[in-house]
Amino acid sequence: MRATTRSTGEAAVGVPRWAFAPAAVGGLFVLLPLVAMATRVDWAGFGSLVTSESARAALLLSLQTSAASTAACLALGVPMALALARCRFPGVELLRSLVMVPLVLPPVVGGVALLYTFGRRGLLGETLEVAGLQVAFSTAAVVLAQTFVALPFLVTSLEGALRTAGARYEAVAASLGARPTTVLRRVTLPLVWPGLLSGAVLSFARALGEFGATITFAGSLQGVTRTLPLEIYLQRETDPDAAVALSLLLVVVAVVVIAATRRGRGPL
Amino acid sequence: MTGHGPRSRARTHVAAGAVAATLAAAALTGCGVGAAGSVQGATTLTVFAAASLTVSFEDLAEQFEAAHPGVDVQLGLAGSSALMAQLQQGAPADVFASADTATMDALVADDLVGEPRDFATNTLQVAVPPGNPAGVETLQDLADTDVSLVTCAPTVPCGAAAARVADAAGLDLRPVSEEQSVTDVLGKVTAGEADAGLVYVTDVAAAGDRVEGVAFPESAAAVNTYPIAPVADADQPGLAREFVDLVLSDDGRRTLAGYGFAPPSAS
Repeated sequence: MRATTRSTGEAAVGVPRWAFAPAAVGGLFVLLPLVAMATRVDWAGFGSLVTSESARAALLLSLQTSAASTAACLALGVPMALALARCRFPGVELLRSLVMVPLVLPPVVGGVALLYTFGRRGLLGETLEVAGLQVAFSTAAVVLAQTFVALPFLVTSLEGALRTAGARYEAVAASLGARPTTVLRRVTLPLVWPGLLSGAVLSFARALGEFGATITFAGSLQGVTRTLPLEIYLQRETDPDAAVALSLLLVVVAVVVIAATRRGRGPL
Repeated sequence: MTGHGPRSRARTHVAAGAVAATLAAAALTGCGVGAAGSVQGATTLTVFAAASLTVSFEDLAEQFEAAHPGVDVQLGLAGSSALMAQLQQGAPADVFASADTATMDALVADDLVGEPRDFATNTLQVAVPPGNPAGVETLQDLADTDVSLVTCAPTVPCGAAAARVADAAGLDLRPVSEEQSVTDVLGKVTAGEADAGLVYVTDVAAAGDRVEGVAFPESAAAVNTYPIAPVADADQPGLAREFVDLVLSDDGRRTLAGYGFAPPSAS
């Protein structure tokens, strides 16, 4: 109770007592598997396992592709969220549901769908080939797969933030003569900054963990398409110690990224 | 007649008691028979088999069930090393059929299986999309940089076999992707993403007309031997032995040959 009062600093509404037990169970449910994994780590060999050539290549590739796909998500997702939150046109509800499809689609199915779109024999495959672009088995394919699965996270968080913020300030800015782009840059984006940031973090995290669509669509080659999750899956078969060590590495990277952005978000 | 009254009444009592007892017994045995019947119907033989044996072992399981009414064969299909790990963790199984001798030897060393017998061999073949767009005719063609080749990763058995074959032929293969499993390799070939994939003869046979197979003589450098053994603490040791016998029988050989498997080298 005291903790609640202190943290809100206002008249404490407090969390209902009954909520603590399920909250604790939920917390354990998430933490316990991580602890269980940590107990399986071969700590003596941990350093050499996570610094092996293949592990370093996989980590580097994962960070690069996840950063690239987060950038792609921002470039495509911010305009999408704006359109979905602010525009009224027939079919907007349907469109909003369709944008969420990659969230519920098993990633392997997503990979198959991407294959049918960008693959050599896919919908756009021939056009791309004529243009001299070959997506198959390239790092670009990994970024495409990650962007496909991560985009809904950015769009949902940002759209939610936009709706919560409302359009009042934007209307005021516009009435004072600001052009739409200026309103977006000076009013809208600063207003929804936390939502945008958490959407970007979620997208990055989802891209970092992407596995199914990547292995189906992009293949698996060290330094080119074999990201950390693919490396873990491959090692699991032959060297479980390495797989566990790499899994822990992935968890640590994810936690560091999330913590760093949370901290960056604080002062705002 | 009247003198018989009490006796007859007593008899009736006895009779009633007997009827009740019989009814009760009938009810009991009725349940008992039913229970025994369902237990017999549910006699389950669990067979762990390597993923590459999926279709052939489904066929063999049906044959076994036809010859053993009341026996239900459950197939546990996964990669050999995954199955090995499951058996080491105490997964209940009666028979284990592996795609390589190494996993079986490890289980023998752990005393988890009985004496293994080799029942089939498998070799590599080049799988190409229908029509063979890249015109792959030989193993040497795979080293051509214009041919996008997909193999298994060297750490998985099919990839190790590909590496052995390439070594034997003195070739430097540069695959565009090193997949986790044969299924993933085939997937890339059937989708037309890759021009060629190195998989097993049986995989090409199982894929039907979705791929074409190109045989090459260098495949003799990597012959995969499939061993089978009853699991040491099987629930159904008798049935387990009979299943192993079926796989090793002429009928079993014929069935396996139908799916592209070759007989074991020498047994």
